[in-house]
Amino acid sequence: MKPIHRLIATALLAGFGAAAVPAHAQNAGEVTVYTTREPALIQPLLTAFTSRTGTKVNTVFVKDGLLERVKAEGNRSPADVLMTVDVGNLVDLVEGGVTQPVKSRELASAIPQQLRGVDDQWFALSLRARVLYADKDLALKSIHYEDLADPRWKGKVCLRSGQHPYNTALVAALIAHDGEAKTEQWLRGVKANLARKASGGDRDVARDILGGICDVGLANSYYVGQMKAAKEGTDARKWGDAIKVIRPTFDNPRSGTHVNISGASVARHAPNQAGAVRLLEFLVSEPAQALYAQINFEYPVRKGVALDPIIGSAIGDLKIDSLQLAEIARHRKQASVLVDKVGFDQ
Amino acid sequence: MAALRVRPPGGPRAVGPVWFGLAALIAAAALLPIASLAWIAAGADGGHWQHLVDHVLPVALSNTVVLLAGVAVIVTGVGTACAWLVTAFEFPGRRTLGWALLLPLAMPTYIVAYVYLDMLHPIGPVQGVIRAVLGYDSPRQFRLPDLRSMGGAIFLMGCVLYPYVYLTMRALFASQSRRLLEAARTLGEGRWGAFRRVAWPLARPALAVGLSLALLETLNDIGASEFLGINTLTVSIYSTWVTRSDLAAAAQIACAMLVAVAGLMALEAHGRRHQRFGGSRNQDGMTPIPLRGAWAWAATVATAIPVVLGFAAPAAYLLVDVVQRLMSGQHLTLNLYNGLRNSVGLALGVSTLVVAGGLVVAWTERRVSAASAPSTWLTRAASVGYAVPGSVLAIGLLAPALAVDRAWAWITQSPGLPLMNLGAILVGACCIRFMAMSTGSIGAGLSRIAPEIEQSARLLGETHHGTLKRVHLPLLRPALATAALLVFVDAMKELPVTLLLRPMNFDTLATVLYGEAARGAYEEGALAALAIVLAGLLPVAWLARTQFASHTRRNPSP
Repeated sequence: MKPIHRLIATALLAGFGAAAVPAHAQNAGEVTVYTTREPALIQPLLTAFTSRTGTKVNTVFVKDGLLERVKAEGNRSPADVLMTVDVGNLVDLVEGGVTQPVKSRELASAIPQQLRGVDDQWFALSLRARVLYADKDLALKSIHYEDLADPRWKGKVCLRSGQHPYNTALVAALIAHDGEAKTEQWLRGVKANLARKASGGDRDVARDILGGICDVGLANSYYVGQMKAAKEGTDARKWGDAIKVIRPTFDNPRSGTHVNISGASVARHAPNQAGAVRLLEFLVSEPAQALYAQINFEYPVRKGVALDPIIGSAIGDLKIDSLQLAEIARHRKQASVLVDKVGFDQ
Repeated sequence: MAALRVRPPGGPRAVGPVWFGLAALIAAAALLPIASLAWIAAGADGGHWQHLVDHVLPVALSNTVVLLAGVAVIVTGVGTACAWLVTAFEFPGRRTLGWALLLPLAMPTYIVAYVYLDMLHPIGPVQGVIRAVLGYDSPRQFRLPDLRSMGGAIFLMGCVLYPYVYLTMRALFASQSRRLLEAARTLGEGRWGAFRRVAWPLARPALAVGLSLALLETLNDIGASEFLGINTLTVSIYSTWVTRSDLAAAAQIACAMLVAVAGLMALEAHGRRHQRFGGSRNQDGMTPIPLRGAWAWAATVATAIPVVLGFAAPAAYLLVDVVQRLMSGQHLTLNLYNGLRNSVGLALGVSTLVVAGGLVVAWTERRVSAASAPSTWLTRAASVGYAVPGSVLAIGLLAPALAVDRAWAWITQSPGLPLMNLGAILVGACCIRFMAMSTGSIGAGLSRIAPEIEQSARLLGETHHGTLKRVHLPLLRPALATAALLVFVDAMKELPVTLLLRPMNFDTLATVLYGEAARGAYEEGALAALAIVLAGLLPVAWLARTQFASHTRRNPSP
């Protein structure tokens, strides 16, 4: 072989060799999970599953594009379980045709009807509420979501981007409750009340409350647990100690607090369908739901599983809003369009 | 003695079917994501487009234009001024600062954004000190303007991207014949006049190249823009896809943006056109003029500021954070080691393949085209990957790449998705993304080799491929090394393509960092960030030494 050809061959081998080291194909008996949830939140649960059943779990964390990736992989996709957050994403997976219905008594009994998809194509595994963080010295006991547009909060509200899925889900819920015109007014009112640009994350709301930039903000419930349980002296702990949490409701007197879910589906072309169902059943079992509560500070879907004590004391039990999750999913695109129309993030 | 075969120059026959085929394959692969995006865009329904045009695009477009303009100003000013100071004058620390000015290349924009947001937060260290000095108690009484604004974004990107301009301008200034400048001085021009009327017009093509690279990086950036809340075109492509689940509309915006990028690339090609004979000809570099007293220290401070802002301050902050965490008992997990191994493995594989591929394309280009101009359609096609933002490239590549994978699996009768599991799709996508760096660098290097050298070799009986092996490759070593190092640094920082196209159980340092930052928990994020910066540092330092050592050696001592 000519030296130049040898050089090229070596280069190609080196390239593939280096990249091939960590990857491997799925063996029989293993379960492969494609998920959009951050690794640290999922890993303890999957490790517990492996130690209990001996089944290895492979993971692919896809930040965005889960649906596109599974669709493109087609019938050769190695994905068994698809895990994601936000009911809109779960509905998208079903409508994208990459899920299959699951018949499991265990799942049907552990998860309430309204937290399962039509035809059991998706299942909620945990809940999170969108709650109000407030300065701990603020004299505030309760609030409606709609009140945030009130001029008395001018310059005192911090929020993350209006286009972020957590916020668009809330806006979708508002559209379902109050109608589009009123929600548009609400968005304009809240935008006028913002103390700083709608950006950053949920934890930045707490940080900015500590920093005195704003007095209130909307954020997810599990961060409260993360921050208040952080080690003494760390930044996160300081932020957690600076806030108190209020469970808002909607104007409708029969409403509750807005929640969203993390959930999972079994993939349509799952190579290990039985293993996938076993994993889902494990995730709604008592020990796993307890892990959801303790490690992730989320609200379990299974009745009777205790909340983490910090969540219990800082927030308390939820009165979940009666709005069907499917309604929220239905209005999600409308909500996103509205946020743009109002220029919420500018 | 071998018979002399005098062929008319140019044409595909000049290079043989294998090389031409390979080069065409590489160019076709590079165009694949764009074709795929156009295909997806064509499938969109017009409904969403109206909404986008009404509410999203004007703001995104104006934000992008303002950001690019602002970054262009900072990057040109800082890069040119530093390059001029370092080549034309002698001042304390000049030699060190000469290569230190390149260090911000090792800092990804998203890490700089996340570090500065931390540092400059109203309850962070910097503002705490300022408040203490001014006598205020809390941020409610006094706080600086938010970094999360257009001004903040321009400042950050400028701090980190000026080395592209600095690199090209310095190479140019160092190789300018001092005779031109001396002639200007003897004709009565002052120092400033000599710069403005002689050095600067000669420098414009080099500026075009450096500026277009910096602006392409700005345009592609999504991490920093997202953190800082700036809604650029790239961010709006992403949010259209993700929050509105409208891939087709996102593809339409992407295609529209590529038109703008084509304009930037035309700018770069225009600049390159006049750079045909730069470099190794009979050049005497300038003898730096020694500065004295206050002027000398002013020069030192002026060139040190970009290094501090773009590299030293964020790196020090990360280092302090990491040390604190390690001391408080946190230890490195297996995940971080895996991330490091995968990052380095990916970067090594990609840089090897990209340099080899770039060589094939550049060499074929040279043989096929009659003139020695480095840019014609093959190179441009292969370079197009750099112009496409990583996330857009990944989306575009997803469907065709997996179709190829399924076809391959069917042909070889293997189960599942063999190429995806092997990581080949990820490596391939990164190669497409970075091919432009190597074709550009190697093409420029090839064009600097005088045709007479090759013609002599041919006259002495060597074949085309023999001249490549025995004449061009040794002369190309600096260009090959530069290309490999630049690609290595960029591949270490790569994020969006990895997030979408990675195989199972595969994490790189960048994805570890992203996962932590997205969660708002920075436990291992700081460690991963520091590892990325350190890993990028070594190639940058090496690049600096190889690039600049040759320049300093060329200066004859008086």
